[in-house]
Amino acid sequence: MTDTISARPLELPIEPDAGSRRLSTAKAMQEAIAQRMARDDSVFVMGEDVGPYGGIFSSTSGLIERFGPDRILDTPISETAFIGLGIGAAVEGMRPIVELMFADFFGVCMDQIYNHMAKIHYESGGNVRVPMVLMTATGGGYSDGAQHSQCLWGTFAHLPGMKVVVPSNPYDAKGLMTAAIETDDPVVFMFHKGIMGLGWMQKNRRAVGPVPEEEYLVPIGKARVARAGTDVTIVTLALSVHHSLDVAEKLEADGISVEVLDLRSLVPLDRDAIVRSVAKTGRLIVVDEDYQSFGLSGEVIAAVVERDPSLLKHVARVCVPDVPIPYAHQLEYAVVPTPARIEKAVRDAMAT
Amino acid sequence: MTPTHTQSLTGRSQVLTDEVRRGLLNTMVLIRTYEEAIRREYYADKQPAFDIGAGLIPGDMHLSAGQEPVAAGVCTHLSADDALTATHRPHHVAIAHGVALRPMTAEIFGRETGLGHGRGGHMHLFDPSTHFSCSGIIAEGLPPALGQAFAFKRRGSDRVAVAVTGEGAANQGAFHESLNLAALWKLPVVFVVEDNDWGISVPRDHATSVPSNALRAAGYGMPGVRVEDNSVEAVYAAAADAVARARAGEGPTLIEVHTLRLWGHCEGDAEGYRPELATVAEHDPIPRYRDTLLADGVLTDAAYEAMRASAVEKVEDAVDFARGSATPDPLDHLSYVFSEGAQS
Repeated sequence: MTDTISARPLELPIEPDAGSRRLSTAKAMQEAIAQRMARDDSVFVMGEDVGPYGGIFSSTSGLIERFGPDRILDTPISETAFIGLGIGAAVEGMRPIVELMFADFFGVCMDQIYNHMAKIHYESGGNVRVPMVLMTATGGGYSDGAQHSQCLWGTFAHLPGMKVVVPSNPYDAKGLMTAAIETDDPVVFMFHKGIMGLGWMQKNRRAVGPVPEEEYLVPIGKARVARAGTDVTIVTLALSVHHSLDVAEKLEADGISVEVLDLRSLVPLDRDAIVRSVAKTGRLIVVDEDYQSFGLSGEVIAAVVERDPSLLKHVARVCVPDVPIPYAHQLEYAVVPTPARIEKAVRDAMAT
Repeated sequence: MTPTHTQSLTGRSQVLTDEVRRGLLNTMVLIRTYEEAIRREYYADKQPAFDIGAGLIPGDMHLSAGQEPVAAGVCTHLSADDALTATHRPHHVAIAHGVALRPMTAEIFGRETGLGHGRGGHMHLFDPSTHFSCSGIIAEGLPPALGQAFAFKRRGSDRVAVAVTGEGAANQGAFHESLNLAALWKLPVVFVVEDNDWGISVPRDHATSVPSNALRAAGYGMPGVRVEDNSVEAVYAAAADAVARARAGEGPTLIEVHTLRLWGHCEGDAEGYRPELATVAEHDPIPRYRDTLLADGVLTDAAYEAMRASAVEKVEDAVDFARGSATPDPLDHLSYVFSEGAQS
């Protein structure tokens, strides 16, 4: 609350050229954390298996070797206690990066997240800041079942007071992580396992990509046109960005021009970018690996409808229908957004 | 007068000077005067029919009368550099820890001059200048106290964090997770459990499997002490040890105080469930301690009256400040969600 020991923010480049060096998303995240830790003693990492194991999904690999166990802290399996500890440390001017191993585990610690981390700044009338990053793994596609495969970003985004960031590639992951540590607000940093570039899981080819060596920022709240197009807008995020890009490349041969908008964050939501794209194409498809009802997909559509309903010639959603994520591979791939489902949605849109 | 010696439960002898004893009473009197004034203001415009959302002080109101010995006994050992997290019933510890009465009262009145500019309310008081905060969720104030203690320890200071909670909270997971982690990492924390016998209407022996929550400290490898009979001097002694242990880097301590909820769980609670209701006031700790100090020659009637008058003056000044402060601008309802950037 007082005598903050955080280093003064540096002037960092915003979305510089990517260059030619290639990293996985996991390595890009590690690099962002390491570079900030190297210049700021107030930053520390805490969570289950973030130490020698390096994070179950490699978000912290190599950090304990460099920064030691005093700054990379393995915790007991006590999410309420250690997330709350992060909050208290942040209130006192430190910048904790706390890992919740799976987003699915929020059920055992949500009070600290939404009633404390997210509300203290508001309840204190802006007098107490909580500069904390809560990073967590999301997504399925590898038969981990109903309690280890959810995205849930819509649930976090629904609750006011926390920024919600969801990168889709290494470049954005590094810049968004740096921005998340830099901001004085709590940020939930939700990384999809399928874009981390892990050797033990089906790898998306874009999970390794160009990443600048220097520190830089990707501003939180700014969507990215991942591919420009004129016929159909796909608004999406995380792994679904890559499925959508694959579909767009395929359909180009059929003369269908697909624009893919990567949201990159849910809070703040870049409503202007959504409306701008739909104003161009008139057709909107939201591809979201989160549950369909009461979530991001409806919010994206509402963003257009509230601004100008006449922009929309066609709307569709490719989401997880409102069922728990099934275990059997065949069932799981019947519910998650696949390239086939996205392609069908685009072709249907073009038929209207 | 010669100083009174109190044998603490962990064996160290505490010296209680006359000045400290008068100070303990003075803090207790200030708290009670405050709670009486808040109670008066709370009901003032809720007559004849009680409407919880109406009046100058709207909403739920949990007052701390009877629990003053905990606040005075613990906070006397703290400075404004030490942190304290409190519960839905926070006024006594806020006052004892030195939270300024004017902005605190203005917050309770929902005014722009309040600690949270009217965004928090009486269960959500945040005072950065004394590292004070509270939470309306049972036991959930404990984990943030661990983080404050972690930051203090990391900076090499001897500052401590005190986490106050009720006996009902000791059955929550957050309580047990926090005790384990604080002990594991030897954090400079003092856990203070206020056992006021009641979790709203459920008596503690219907809710808690052990006769004393101090026993539970052993399960986490930390000292646990229970203070009986709501004795401010016994609380003072126990807290002296616990705070000293924390400052010395020896880790956390749990203190449970068998205290007294003099009034209802919240205002408007008729307490029909409470069989001993007719005799509760007989156990009021303030007249008892005042009489002890009078009998010991530490206090005179005149000095007590002066103490009381000074408290009334401070409290009424704060109430006047709150009543005279502007209410928040309704158009400003989106401010403070974030420190920077867009609001949604």
